[in-house]
Amino acid sequence: MAQKLVVIGAGMASGRALEELFALSPDAYEVTLFGAEPRGNYNRLMLSPVLSGEKTYEEIITHDAAWYEANKVACRFGEAVTGIDRARKVVISSGGETPYDKLIVATGSQPFIIPVPGKDLPGVITFRDLDDVNKMRAAAAVPGSKAVVIGGGLLGLEAAAGLQMQGMEVTVLHLMPHLMERQLDPAASYLLQKELERRGISVRCKANTHAILGDGKVEAVKLDDGTEIPADIVVMAVGIRPDTALAKEAGLACGRGIHVDDQMLTSDPDVLGVGECVEHDGMVYGLVAPLYEMGKVLAKTLMGQEAAYRGSVMNTKLKVTGVDLFSAGDFAEGDDRDEIVFRDPARGVYKRIVLRDDKVIGAVMYGDTADGAWFFGLLKDGKDVAEMRDMLVFGPAFQGGTKLDPMAAVAALPDDAEICGCNGVCKGTIVNAITSKGLTSLEEVKAHTKASSSCGTCSGLVEQVMAMTLGDGFEVKQNKAMCACTELTHMDVRRLIKSKQLKSMPAVMQECGWKTSCGCHSCRPALNYYLLADWPGEYEDDYQSRFINERVHSNIQKDGTFSVVPRMWGGITNPAELRAIADAAEKYNVPTVKVTGGQRIDLLGVKKEDLPAIWADLNAAGMVSGQAYAKGLRTVKTCVGTDHCRFGTQDSTGLGIKMEKALWGSWTPHKVKMAVTGCPRNCAEATCKDIGVVCVDSGYDLHIGGAAGLHVKETVLLCKLTTEADVIEYSAACVQLYREEAQYLHRMYKWIDQVGLDHVKQRIVEDAESRKALAARFYYAQTFMQKDPWAERASEGVHAHEFKPIAEVA
Amino acid sequence: MEVIVSDWVDIGALEDVPVRGARKVKTPIGCVGVFRTAHDEVFALVDACPHKGGPLSEGIVHGRAVTCPLHNWVIALDTGLAQGADEGGVPTVPTRLEHGRILLDRAAVTVRAAAE
Repeated sequence: MAQKLVVIGAGMASGRALEELFALSPDAYEVTLFGAEPRGNYNRLMLSPVLSGEKTYEEIITHDAAWYEANKVACRFGEAVTGIDRARKVVISSGGETPYDKLIVATGSQPFIIPVPGKDLPGVITFRDLDDVNKMRAAAAVPGSKAVVIGGGLLGLEAAAGLQMQGMEVTVLHLMPHLMERQLDPAASYLLQKELERRGISVRCKANTHAILGDGKVEAVKLDDGTEIPADIVVMAVGIRPDTALAKEAGLACGRGIHVDDQMLTSDPDVLGVGECVEHDGMVYGLVAPLYEMGKVLAKTLMGQEAAYRGSVMNTKLKVTGVDLFSAGDFAEGDDRDEIVFRDPARGVYKRIVLRDDKVIGAVMYGDTADGAWFFGLLKDGKDVAEMRDMLVFGPAFQGGTKLDPMAAVAALPDDAEICGCNGVCKGTIVNAITSKGLTSLEEVKAHTKASSSCGTCSGLVEQVMAMTLGDGFEVKQNKAMCACTELTHMDVRRLIKSKQLKSMPAVMQECGWKTSCGCHSCRPALNYYLLADWPGEYEDDYQSRFINERVHSNIQKDGTFSVVPRMWGGITNPAELRAIADAAEKYNVPTVKVTGGQRIDLLGVKKEDLPAIWADLNAAGMVSGQAYAKGLRTVKTCVGTDHCRFGTQDSTGLGIKMEKALWGSWTPHKVKMAVTGCPRNCAEATCKDIGVVCVDSGYDLHIGGAAGLHVKETVLLCKLTTEADVIEYSAACVQLYREEAQYLHRMYKWIDQVGLDHVKQRIVEDAESRKALAARFYYAQTFMQKDPWAERASEGVHAHEFKPIAEVA
Repeated sequence: MEVIVSDWVDIGALEDVPVRGARKVKTPIGCVGVFRTAHDEVFALVDACPHKGGPLSEGIVHGRAVTCPLHNWVIALDTGLAQGADEGGVPTVPTRLEHGRILLDRAAVTVRAAAE
């Protein structure tokens, strides 16, 4: 006689398990199937196309009434199971007790609801079953309605795309810095976000939901930063958790999910588990392929056949029409592994294959995923790919293939992309001039278009445009690439950041065809600087791409301690400040107190853990960070000028203080040192500073481009000025021009060597409008930069993790 | 008194270490740097560069490597070996990531007690 098999949960996992079971033996078990939903098994993966309107519910039914009847399954749909009595081997439901010989628990998972105020308001919807889809479609039917989707993972993005196709205005909120961070690397996420935004879906990353607002129903979502986003519905798609409530109550062993062994048996040998509700070898699965593999093993176990489930390698595809995205395996980087990166900026394609010991262990693709299944096959089979390695990234159909093209970034630029920032010359203008006038040399292009004729930093890009237009006939001068991650020079990248409006590091790396997935210690700090300088207020500083000194706002010393230098404006101090410094030195056992060359006091040998406390003490005495570590303004050295000196011609100390107050805080390509000296005797040594002011009877001589480091450089005279206000405006404009045009880690003199003093004079001295615009841009950026980094860390808890060990092991 | 000591010691959550960053752990063998890569892998190294003892945990993390803040030596996180032309290495500490918690191999970070 057939044994009694009871199944709790009528989803995809138990559905597949039953199919496998009936295939092995149609009559071994008499099956009773409980389902919480008032309907049988349908393909839950296809809910997205039902939401978007591309499929109907009828099309996604897996098991219809006829199937259940043919297999003699007693269906108890819509009848919730309330308990399992393992001692008596019965399942308890509203319809009474049902005895079993074997029991399958396939309760699946529950959507996770973030515990914020308003989470229970009508209009907060999960994305789990057909009822949810019907609710969403009903909301979308109202013209002009708005949806906020919380969660930028697989499920959330499918919901967002579906709702947008239904005509809703959709905003996606995602807690993490990039979308689908579990399946994608930042490069692929960048392309995905760009595509969603192109469709009109608004995406906010690092968005923490504070509350859902509404009176009797959902009206808006409020973020931690206070922003309110109007919403008629809120779709909660932040994740799922295994539904273990019944199993736990029945006393089955559970962790995150119900514990099952390789045979899919729970801690009770007559109870089996399958699907999203189980935990196998520490893993919980939420994708369909593992559930199918489990179903197969479970069916064999029920039939007393040998079988073992050993965990699954997973791959992910996003089911949004028109978005091609694939991710599988392990795509972390490492020295024991190689990566092959292919980017085609013009087509928006990114492919990254990760290899270890000549085997594919991971793959991420965006834009062209036709070969995804092939790569997944190589990955699962552990096939040796040494032979095909060179052309591997082009997939199985490669025939000779094309090599990676260093020109791709320029080829992808639209005609209206600005190549020369100084003279506002677009790519199209250059191409036209080359073809219509038959130009063949860079000099001719400069003469006819003015491109690259001012600061000249875009000449590399102009040459690439020429090569692209003229073909093999033109040879591009080989310039030094920024680092091993790219063929482009620093200046090429700076221009492309502006002309393509690239505002994030993944954007730069994708659109410029980076050969690595996350850069290196050489390019990352440079890119971080370029983005900060070019997009003030928009780009968020990436502290993990900064050198330690700039990350913790102190200078690291050879023994790992730090030095602390408070600002002394213009080198002026007073007894109260000196007393506070002395107190701090004693309190924190500072071994060395030294007067610096920049007219201030250095406390050397401070322990990292003590930094926030010593800063708090110095802040309390009115002192701020001297930024002695910064690629930014260090000091403005002064002499005593007319206050005391018998030779002084102007108030050099007062002007120095004003300059320091105006110019501190901003990040520059390299350090900037300044000085104001009261007469040509030059006690403040102004003529070896990046900007030096020499006071004379008639006013102020403004000098630039000095240095006294590895190379000693004397300044050159930029111009003669008559008022303090002019000195400050010209200096600000000069620093801004340097910020916009120089290569990272070039001191001001190197930049002047490259662009020419005439160019600087033209932009700052001769063209008043240009000077005022530069100064205005500088002061705008300063509104974001003039915050004392010590105060933020000492009293506001910014980056607290930097200053204490994560743990202590005894 | 009997103290039960597991082989692995929980030092904190994955989220406590910045992505492409590191944190220090104080241990009986000295400071250990715990590193987290862009792809959420976790590694631990004795926090002293083989060159001049620089604190590796203060360096820039890129790929599966860290650049020492003192003189730019690049150290592989998984092997502890210096990369490129530089030669030398630093001991690694076995790590595990379990349910979002970072575990260190206790034996590797504690001095073995004297034989009984």
